[in-house]
Amino acid sequence: MTDSAVTRPDPMVTQDNEFFWEAAAHHRLVAQRCTRCHVFRHPPRPRCPHCGSFETDVVELSGRGAVYSWAVLHHPQNPAFDYPVKAALIDLEEGVRIVSNLVGVEPGEIEIGMPVSVIFVPTAGGNAVPVFEAVTR
Amino acid sequence: MTSPGAGFAGQTAVAGIGATEFSRAAGRSELRLACESVTSALADAGLTAADVDGLVSYTIDPVSETELVRSMGFPEITFSSRVPYGGGGSMGVLLHAAAAVAAGAADVVVAYRAIKARSGPVRFGAAQISRGQNDVHSGTTSAQWCTPFGVLTPASWMAFNSTRYMHAYGVTSEDFGRAVVQLRDYAATNPAAWGYERPITLADHQASRWIVEPCIHLLDCCQQTDGSVALVITRADRARDLPHRPVVIAAAAGAGLFEQEIATDFYRRDLAVMDGSVALGKQLFDRFGIRREDIDAAMIYDAFTPIFLMQLEGLGFCGLGEAKDIVAAGDLAIGGRLPCNTNGGLIGEGYIHGLNLALEATRQLRGSAVNQVKDAEAVLVTSSRTGAILTAG
Ligand SMILES: [Zn+2]
Repeated sequence: MTDSAVTRPDPMVTQDNEFFWEAAAHHRLVAQRCTRCHVFRHPPRPRCPHCGSFETDVVELSGRGAVYSWAVLHHPQNPAFDYPVKAALIDLEEGVRIVSNLVGVEPGEIEIGMPVSVIFVPTAGGNAVPVFEAVTR
Repeated sequence: MTSPGAGFAGQTAVAGIGATEFSRAAGRSELRLACESVTSALADAGLTAADVDGLVSYTIDPVSETELVRSMGFPEITFSSRVPYGGGGSMGVLLHAAAAVAAGAADVVVAYRAIKARSGPVRFGAAQISRGQNDVHSGTTSAQWCTPFGVLTPASWMAFNSTRYMHAYGVTSEDFGRAVVQLRDYAATNPAAWGYERPITLADHQASRWIVEPCIHLLDCCQQTDGSVALVITRADRARDLPHRPVVIAAAAGAGLFEQEIATDFYRRDLAVMDGSVALGKQLFDRFGIRREDIDAAMIYDAFTPIFLMQLEGLGFCGLGEAKDIVAAGDLAIGGRLPCNTNGGLIGEGYIHGLNLALEATRQLRGSAVNQVKDAEAVLVTSSRTGAILTAG
């Protein structure tokens, strides 16, 4: 189902990342974990760079993490987004890092290290992507 | 020196340089611009198109090798390559050319870059939504992890590292501003520069609008520029018979590390340190046996001010978090400990995807720079992960 008011662009789906976006469409945050050495990895890739295994499990994550870094984007602008865009790198509990947005916080409230948890927001084509809201301490 | 892989050290030289004007609307094609800068570089070297048998550029260059060959009338190309990493690979052209010439794969290599970053169909820096994973500036798969979140521009990609850097070392936007004032001072006396006769104050920097909070004001950004530059590289002994004093490629290296991407370099553990510059510094200084204190000037890829300071630290010219202090002490000015980006840099002169910094290094070693460092004998040129040390031959 598409919502004409939603303008956020859809993810770019490839054969290497489709499991991630398929899960996100169902509001599940997942990452690859090597079947052999159990190291998590993100962004997805076909082979474990640590042990060389091609065998991979897809594991649902807790969705909890902390802001590793952030950026409030003012210019230039794209009509698909509301500005300023609150962008962040989130370090997830399982040890992987993800680019995302912060929601429900003002730019002046963002701090490195602040705890966050995942929610999902829709994209223009009816998919969904993970974004993060602050966890009340 | 018996270091492995350094066999080409000192064997080759920059014999010619050429450039078009730097403008905001060139009014002609990138191919035409490339032909003009290559023609001028060959004339500067005292060579002709018939002498050229090698070509090097780097990714995201819109000029195809075949069209350049066809337009220049190069009779037979025996070596050509493109360095990956976009602008980060710009100084890699010196490594590729030096290695090719020293190995005998080519005798005269032209390194070039043409760009219409301001007026072209793809305006560098614009907030565009890519259609595929490889059709935006970065040239890595990472666009797919940024696009749905509005992280669309080079400034936004660099910002995560910059914010973390400010947090780790207590660096402020004013610290970045002081570096920009220095760059614009250099540009103000460079007639080829966008910033010619237009120096700025720290207050101007602070008053310019936010591009990305808390790290990048408008005046921290390099200038979207139209233009082209080219260099001619040949054997050092042949260069000695050509019109200009040879500028010898004493060292050249590239560092591409695990988990390192181009601009979207988010997956290394500590983003407050530019690991690629640390690795590049080790390559250029340790492997080639050159000391940092022997460097008379440095040209460092200043696409945005934060990465300029971070590279100074990564390369080992000061401690981590201390670049702000050497900027404030005036070390980067003429007469300072390490004059940097004496053409005004990419922020003050213009952004020919980084390669114009190699021309400034050449001019310093010829003694023909507008802001000349007295008796410059060794100049470092880097673009974060690729670089070279050039010396007066
Ligand atoms: Zn493994």
